[in-house]
Amino acid sequence: MLKLISQRCKGCGICVNFCPKKVLEVTEVGKCAIVEGKAPDCILCGQCEMRCPDYAIFVEK
Amino acid sequence: MGMEQIAEKYFRPGRLPHIWCPGCGNGIITGAIARAVDQLGLDQNEVAMISGIGCSSRSSGYLDFNTANTLHGRALPIASGVKMANPALKVIVASGDGDCTAIGGNHLIHAARRNIDLTLVVYNNSIYGMTGGQYSPMTPKGSKATTAPYMTIEPSFNLLELARAAGATFVARATTYHVPQMVDAIAKGIRHKGFAIVECVSACPINFGRQNKAGAPAKMMEWQRDHAVMVAAWEKMPAEKKAEAQAAGKFPIGVLYETDAVQEYTEAYDGVIERARR
Repeated sequence: MLKLISQRCKGCGICVNFCPKKVLEVTEVGKCAIVEGKAPDCILCGQCEMRCPDYAIFVEK
Repeated sequence: MGMEQIAEKYFRPGRLPHIWCPGCGNGIITGAIARAVDQLGLDQNEVAMISGIGCSSRSSGYLDFNTANTLHGRALPIASGVKMANPALKVIVASGDGDCTAIGGNHLIHAARRNIDLTLVVYNNSIYGMTGGQYSPMTPKGSKATTAPYMTIEPSFNLLELARAAGATFVARATTYHVPQMVDAIAKGIRHKGFAIVECVSACPINFGRQNKAGAPAKMMEWQRDHAVMVAAWEKMPAEKKAEAQAAGKFPIGVLYETDAVQEYTEAYDGVIERARR
């Protein structure tokens, strides 16, 4: 499961770009979020967690 | 340990979110330092982190080690003093490309020459970010900067060749796209007994990216992905192909040079103490 700390997120879009399953998006308010209904597609690869410059997204295995 | 626990353990409480701009690579490099320390299983009290001035140098304020945010370009001399006073400490120096190669350029070559056991992590974002995008000695030739509206005409330093020529005994490079390799390079640099330099190629989407139309932070990271070549593949390239790659702006990443053949400075200084006591 993905854990998002939106208070830390600055909406840079790095996680969205490198997500191989297109699970993530940057919302209208400039925060990263899981696209509605896409949560089961996440394969827990950790590409987002690895490159998040703000420690705002984590993979909980 | 997962990154969530690492952020919890190695960052000072209440300091996040940090002040760096959206998409800035500094957070990734600072995270990689914490991951490297965690990987080596070091106690936080055995680690000292010294930084100079600049965006990158804010990192020492976030990490919960023995830290000092010092003078512009002077992180290495102060770190040398810390190491001399207590050689048991693992001393990590965080410095930006301007801090390290311009203001502190002389300190860099002399710390390398002495082969003092420090790990210098260079946050290379190719620009002076904090002051508004002036070009640094690491800004690629032909870039726009606040101080070069008609493009820079100066070639940039090859920082690692410079450090190696000056006497550094561990030389590595990574990018913010290649995070596991960065953690590995920093961890090996800390473990190395002698002067270690790890150049971390980073992106400044605001003050470099905007002026040079480099695109979104992720686009700048894709540039790193497309231009970095693993050192094993780089070394296998025939000279002609290597020259072609270099002309296309490609560069090798990984541990480029390492030797144990040179005596470390604090060890040599123990000899001075012994001779003086005789």
